[in-house]
Amino acid sequence: MKSHGLFSRVALVFGLVFLYVPILSMVVFSFNNSRLVTVWDSANSPTLRWYQALISNEQILGAAWLSIKIAMIAASGAVVLGTLSGVALARFGAFRGRALLAGMTTAPLVMPEVITGLSLLLLFVALEQTIGWPKGGGAVTITLAHITFCMAYVTVVVQSRLVGFDESLEEAAMDLGARPVKVFFRITLPLIVPALVSGWLLAFTLSWDDLVISQFVAGPGSSTLPMVIFSKVRLGVSPDVNALATIMVMVVAAGITASSVWMRFQARRRERDMQLAAAANL
Amino acid sequence: MPRFSAQFGRRVVLGIPTAWLIVLFLIPFIIVFKISFSEVRLAMPPYAPLFEWADGKPVAVRLNLSNYSFLFTDALYVSSYLYSLKVAAVSTLFCLLLGYPMAYAIARSQPTTRNLLLMLIVLPFWTSFLLRVYAWIGLLKSNGVINNVLMGMGLIHEPLTMLQTDFAVYIGIVYSYLPFMILPLYSNLEKHDPTLLEAAADLGARPVTAFLRVTLPQSVPGIIAGSLLVFIPAVGEYVIPSLLGRTDQLMIGRVLSDEFFANRDWPVASAVAIFMLGLLVIPIMLFQHFEKRTLEAHK
Repeated sequence: MKSHGLFSRVALVFGLVFLYVPILSMVVFSFNNSRLVTVWDSANSPTLRWYQALISNEQILGAAWLSIKIAMIAASGAVVLGTLSGVALARFGAFRGRALLAGMTTAPLVMPEVITGLSLLLLFVALEQTIGWPKGGGAVTITLAHITFCMAYVTVVVQSRLVGFDESLEEAAMDLGARPVKVFFRITLPLIVPALVSGWLLAFTLSWDDLVISQFVAGPGSSTLPMVIFSKVRLGVSPDVNALATIMVMVVAAGITASSVWMRFQARRRERDMQLAAAANL
Repeated sequence: MPRFSAQFGRRVVLGIPTAWLIVLFLIPFIIVFKISFSEVRLAMPPYAPLFEWADGKPVAVRLNLSNYSFLFTDALYVSSYLYSLKVAAVSTLFCLLLGYPMAYAIARSQPTTRNLLLMLIVLPFWTSFLLRVYAWIGLLKSNGVINNVLMGMGLIHEPLTMLQTDFAVYIGIVYSYLPFMILPLYSNLEKHDPTLLEAAADLGARPVTAFLRVTLPQSVPGIIAGSLLVFIPAVGEYVIPSLLGRTDQLMIGRVLSDEFFANRDWPVASAVAIFMLGLLVIPIMLFQHFEKRTLEAHK
């Protein structure tokens, strides 16, 4: 037991180093003065010049703003649709078309992005030919495409949260005469709120991150942030991209820290409430 | 009345996502399938219609199989298909070899450290995938970090060529998809009953034997789920080989996108997509089968 316990622990440490070294290297080199990026210019570093270059780069800022808008709308749409399909799959038992819905919500999880991107673009072109909408590609087609592949992830998150709870609470409410809509909003929805939050964040990240599908369905006019980054880094490393990466890492780290502090605070409050309740009963 | 509204509500809940996915997921594949039989032409859109209509009836069907025969006769397509399968298979294997012991160590750790470790595994996923792949350019290129360190230590005198090699693509895929391998493995390994291993030890099995005869067979569903989550998207991977990979041997995702964007040959791009889908249909159905089992087994 000891020997391969040790082996797996070594693998864990190695794996974590492997996961974090590239991210750390971007953070470190974002403060490097040299244009060569990976050659440290110790005379003039650390410097914030790449951050200054970034803030004055209209193209990147514009693309980032477009990406945020798309990701927020796409994540919200994906949460609505993914909740509906997750509830249907977890609570409706066997219904006609179940296999179809289940298949259509799991296939996008593994579908190669080039196939999804191509097929959606061809759909939009066919639609434009037959009903004259959407005119060309742009933020609208990107958002529709993102909602579609993000809702699959939200479905899985919601569904696995719901199958973790048994249906007795909902059944009890029904037995007491609550109507289905009320049961959903008073019982089911509060139960799955954590899944909705994590589903929204997941969908936001996936949309914010997507390059391939956006590239297919975006028209010539609109560029999301990943599209701008990709065209920059294809030509080689570029120091202001390191600065951008560092900012994103900081935002994510701050978000994760805040949420774990909040969760710990909640847990502590629950504990104290329970202690108080126990004391009151004495 | 309540009965009617319950039925109606069910239909709405079910109908909206189903309709959405039929329009934006299913029908697009039918269109790709249709266009893969079209002829390319210089127009917008750049393909000829399959049916010729007169008086509301189709009078001629121009089914064009040349896009597919093209795929099999042109060495470029065959070799990039085979190369993509090879790259995806090798990367999946490396992912499994690294991910399995990591998932095992997490599953065997103290409950308090377990959550922290899981968070550390998932955290990189929340930062941009594109930028994390890009970071490897800086590490692997000839005047990059790894070469500088190795030369600084005097281990090598000439920079190693690591960028634009198969090796770089394997690293990129393992790096990007590692969490997708670890999480299903972890959720499988975590459920194992430790008394089984104790029983095996009591009966005189050595740790390695106990692992091979008890733990490994029980973790097969996790291995399959994790491997499929890595293998299937890796076959069609576009970003990683474009940034880190060889320029003389393209992966099929890149070929598809080049046919589409550079050559504007939509029918051939569609045929490439349909053929890729054909190769992946069995792995995708296998994945759905396992996904269904894990999502419905909780009950």
